[in-house]
Amino acid sequence: MATGAAVTPSPVSDLRSFVEKQSHQHILDCYQCGKCSAGCPIDYAMDLGPRQIMRYIQMGLKKEVMQSNTIWLCVACETCSSRCPAKIDIAKVMESLRILAATEGSPAAEKNIDLFHRTFLNTIRQYGRAHEFSLAVAYTLKSRNIFGNLGAAQTMFTKGKLVIMPPKVGGASWVKTVFSKAGSTGPDVSAAVKTEGRH
Amino acid sequence: MSTDTYAYYPGCTLHATAKEYDVSTRAVCEKMGIGLEELKDWTCCGASSAHTTNEALAIALPARDLRTAEKMGKPLAVACALCFNRLKVTEHELAADKAKLEAVKALVGNDYGNTTEVVHLLQILYDRRNTMAVSRPLKGLKVASYYGCMLVRPHEITKFDDPENPQMMDRLMVALGAQPLEWDFKTACCGASLPLTRRDILLKLSHRILAQAQQLGADCLAVACPMCQFNLDMYQQAINQEFSAKINMPILYFTQLAGLAMGLSPKALDLAKHIIDPLPMLEKKGLA
Amino acid sequence: MARIGVFICHCGTNIAGTVDIPKVIEATRKMPMVAHVEENKYNCSEPGQAAIRDAIKKNRLNRVVIAACSPRMHENTFRKTVAAAGLNPYLMEISNLREHCSWVHSDAKEDATDKAIELITMAVAKVVRHEALFPQKVPITKRTLIIGGGIAGIQAALDIATAGYQVVLVERDPTIGGRMAQLDKTFPTLDCSSCILTPKMVDVAQHPNITLMTYAEVKEVKGFVGNFEVSITQKARKVDHTKCTGCGTCWQKCPVKADSEFDLKLGKRPAIYIPFAQAVPPKPVIDTDNCRYTKYLQWEAAGKEGKAPPQCRICEKICPTQAIDWQQTDQVITEKFGAIIVATGYRPFDPKGYTELGAGVYPDVVTGLELERMMSASGPTSGEVKRPSDGTHPKEVVFVTCIGSRDEQRGHSYCSKVCCMYIAKHAIMLKEHDPEVNCYVFYMDVRAVSKDYEEFYKRAQESGATYIRGKISRIREEDGKLIVRGEDTLLGEMIEIPADMVVLGIGMEHNAGASTLAQNLKVSYDINEFFIEAHPKLRPVETMSDGVFVAGACVGPRDIPESVASGSAAAAKVTALFGQDFLVVDPMVSFIDQAKCSGCLLCTKICPFKAIDTKVLRDGRTVAVVNESLCKGCGLCVAGCRFGAANLRGFTQQQLLAQLEGVLA
Repeated sequence: MATGAAVTPSPVSDLRSFVEKQSHQHILDCYQCGKCSAGCPIDYAMDLGPRQIMRYIQMGLKKEVMQSNTIWLCVACETCSSRCPAKIDIAKVMESLRILAATEGSPAAEKNIDLFHRTFLNTIRQYGRAHEFSLAVAYTLKSRNIFGNLGAAQTMFTKGKLVIMPPKVGGASWVKTVFSKAGSTGPDVSAAVKTEGRH
Repeated sequence: MSTDTYAYYPGCTLHATAKEYDVSTRAVCEKMGIGLEELKDWTCCGASSAHTTNEALAIALPARDLRTAEKMGKPLAVACALCFNRLKVTEHELAADKAKLEAVKALVGNDYGNTTEVVHLLQILYDRRNTMAVSRPLKGLKVASYYGCMLVRPHEITKFDDPENPQMMDRLMVALGAQPLEWDFKTACCGASLPLTRRDILLKLSHRILAQAQQLGADCLAVACPMCQFNLDMYQQAINQEFSAKINMPILYFTQLAGLAMGLSPKALDLAKHIIDPLPMLEKKGLA
Repeated sequence: MARIGVFICHCGTNIAGTVDIPKVIEATRKMPMVAHVEENKYNCSEPGQAAIRDAIKKNRLNRVVIAACSPRMHENTFRKTVAAAGLNPYLMEISNLREHCSWVHSDAKEDATDKAIELITMAVAKVVRHEALFPQKVPITKRTLIIGGGIAGIQAALDIATAGYQVVLVERDPTIGGRMAQLDKTFPTLDCSSCILTPKMVDVAQHPNITLMTYAEVKEVKGFVGNFEVSITQKARKVDHTKCTGCGTCWQKCPVKADSEFDLKLGKRPAIYIPFAQAVPPKPVIDTDNCRYTKYLQWEAAGKEGKAPPQCRICEKICPTQAIDWQQTDQVITEKFGAIIVATGYRPFDPKGYTELGAGVYPDVVTGLELERMMSASGPTSGEVKRPSDGTHPKEVVFVTCIGSRDEQRGHSYCSKVCCMYIAKHAIMLKEHDPEVNCYVFYMDVRAVSKDYEEFYKRAQESGATYIRGKISRIREEDGKLIVRGEDTLLGEMIEIPADMVVLGIGMEHNAGASTLAQNLKVSYDINEFFIEAHPKLRPVETMSDGVFVAGACVGPRDIPESVASGSAAAAKVTALFGQDFLVVDPMVSFIDQAKCSGCLLCTKICPFKAIDTKVLRDGRTVAVVNESLCKGCGLCVAGCRFGAANLRGFTQQQLLAQLEGVLA
């Protein structure tokens, strides 16, 4: 991400305080050993490795962090967290950055991954359970990647792995309510309940 | 030996893409005299998407199912590694944070006490491995046990075996008469939820897992996670194309292998559901 | 009638900058029995102390309140001051206006002034009830117990013995020498470790003032500085060392091959053995877990179940002095000492938790200490570095620092201090052993902080070692190579090295049994089970337990120069102690009013210093009695006594109540 221009660090930053509060991790404990990056299976595809993300947060370089594809590519396999000598749950830090992106509505560097998660949650909201067929259809239409996923769908269908009819669950209405509470108030559980109290 | 009746949470995929995991789980448990009572009216745990973006959902969704199990007064058996992980995380976070528990109680029911014991099916079979009625030992079957991420990490929460070099599935395979492989990718990530979005990454990650298993002469992979099974099985042809490889590796659930060893038929274990057909290999070995 | 003098210290601006001194003086003058009030810029300065002495004489003061800083800082100073003016030093009370007031209330000056007045009121009320106290004198046993025969203990023993005092050196293992004996070379000079250590071991053995007790452990410690009573278990060696000449016939003929602890299981030793050739004493012990005959005896004692193990007894048959003694059992002896030095050292960190690095899985992933044994000419491979898996000479060697150190996930949070340097040494030595070897060092921060250490690190780099800043995340095996993967964090690039051998830079850890020993000695230890010094800078070899000193790596990670220095420092403290003929014991200790004592003896159980004995009075009643030389004045017995019989001199119930009444009035 070197631009040639010098960056101005802001070590006491909103970014760090948000991440620390959200993830309960001590960002300054990181001493940049790189064990996370070297163990990360997806590091090669990231524009900033996990170690670099930690450094950017330490230095308060928010724009660089929020624009990176790292936070979207992380699949929370927790390999980094389980090896970190500073005992930082780095996957949890990534999670808090995605929550920050959702809270602020900042655009995702990996649009499709963001879209996938939103679509997935939508099917749960709708049926109370995940429904792969609806998910695949909705995602495929929205991502406009129709042919890319056709082959897999066909195979699944012939193997009887694709259930066309969405599930009918009694708990679905409960799920809808929870979604509307959580969805309207952002990521905090207690906030979701507080709003409820105000109704 | 612990309780022999469990509350059972299959999770969404076991009712759809991973139906054979559900079928084989039930068949094996029946054979072993383990009762599984499916949670009434269970709902989705939120999977990776919820905790990726919305903490409230990520906690509230699993809590509802945990409460249902708590009311049944039985430990909760879970087969899907991802659901297991989410349920464990929820249990852990609610135990650590009283305010969170109170908030969640307001959503799922005030009588919820966060006392449900969550157990993975692999643990249940592992604990009984020495008393299983193995009638058709999996002789000569070289199995690469693949645990994936969700069972073993974060270790502090799932408390499931060693996160780098777990042994439970390997020891279960020994008990079934199979030969487990010592290999390096037991807990390496397969690409998780990326198949629709960044298939390139998925193919690369799954390829290195399959490639080492093949190189070491594995006959099949044993898995405990429907997401891993799906990725490794469904995309093998694409991997072969992408990396000019010739891999034909059946990806079987450990429950299916246990069922085979206990003399259950391939049909009872729904072996035909797999994309990479395991039957020719199993027949060659005289195991089906 | 008490005539109290109150001396209010400005402490520069430390107190006067916050507390309104004139107002405090005015209020103090009105307090009962206050005959004199005086302020001073620095009470503790020589003019300040002179003013106090003069005022005591001039105003015939018989009680003094010093309103200044914490008693921890200057209580002793002012006791001496009032004593110089002819007053009993315990008729002085300190009122802490600095730590308890001005420093913590700098933002509320008026309240601080009020609080200062209240603090002085309390001190005045209390000092009225002070009594003259007189310190006791107790004699000193001028013998030293040193626990641990590593380089720190050896150094301390030699220094004290040379000063003319008796030393008993207790070592848990069959030989002294400690960890240093296992090392090949030492940084940064590359001296041969044995060459500089073994002469000192021999000196210890030959010194007329040193009694060596190897294969022995401290069991119980009683008593107090100058008068410790210590019971020591001499473990059964099954060899009578008064008869044994150390000829070596037995260990040459013994047919057993057991793992050698000294060679970290890389080599074998017989069941009757000395740990290494230059062991001191050079006389063997029998390892009863592995000896055929002792195993046979155990089988016999256990009821002869199963097949009888073979008997052997070759050592007994061939011993020219009939020194083998199967009947020998553990013996407990009790001895008196005036001082104790703890030098129990460290144990190397066990890396088995690092499964991602293949520790305990791949045989060619070895520890730094294992490599050290391989490099040693007298080691299990006669100085040749070979891969444990196939015995070949490794060409590509990767070192990893911070194994168990600076790692809260798998080890400890602290830095082990020596690993950077010993890895530099290994890199230099490997290249010397075999110029074709390539060394890679994955480091975090190279810590080279002592004299000539930075230069030594440079030498390692110049010898060809490649330093890469980053931690290894994973090691996997591929075609007989260990594929080491880490990030070069300076490049931001992933590095993979196909290595023949990986050396884990394991750190130091507290030794086994450290906390038990510390509890036995009433010495504090930290969360990592390292002993805590009385003061980390100013009293580095003393402990809060008088007469107990610490040396070497039992306090925390230390290298050889530091261990030797602390051994000598502890010895100097002991000789200074022994330079006195009597010890003065603080009189502010507990006492028990026999008239009030019910004889419940709860206090004897509460007392952490075992300072309360019992006594039968002439009327047949049993009462508690305080041993004043053992009592530390902690006051637990006072709080525990339900009958108000226990009291603490200098802090009696009456004095404390007066203090309270003073502030509440």
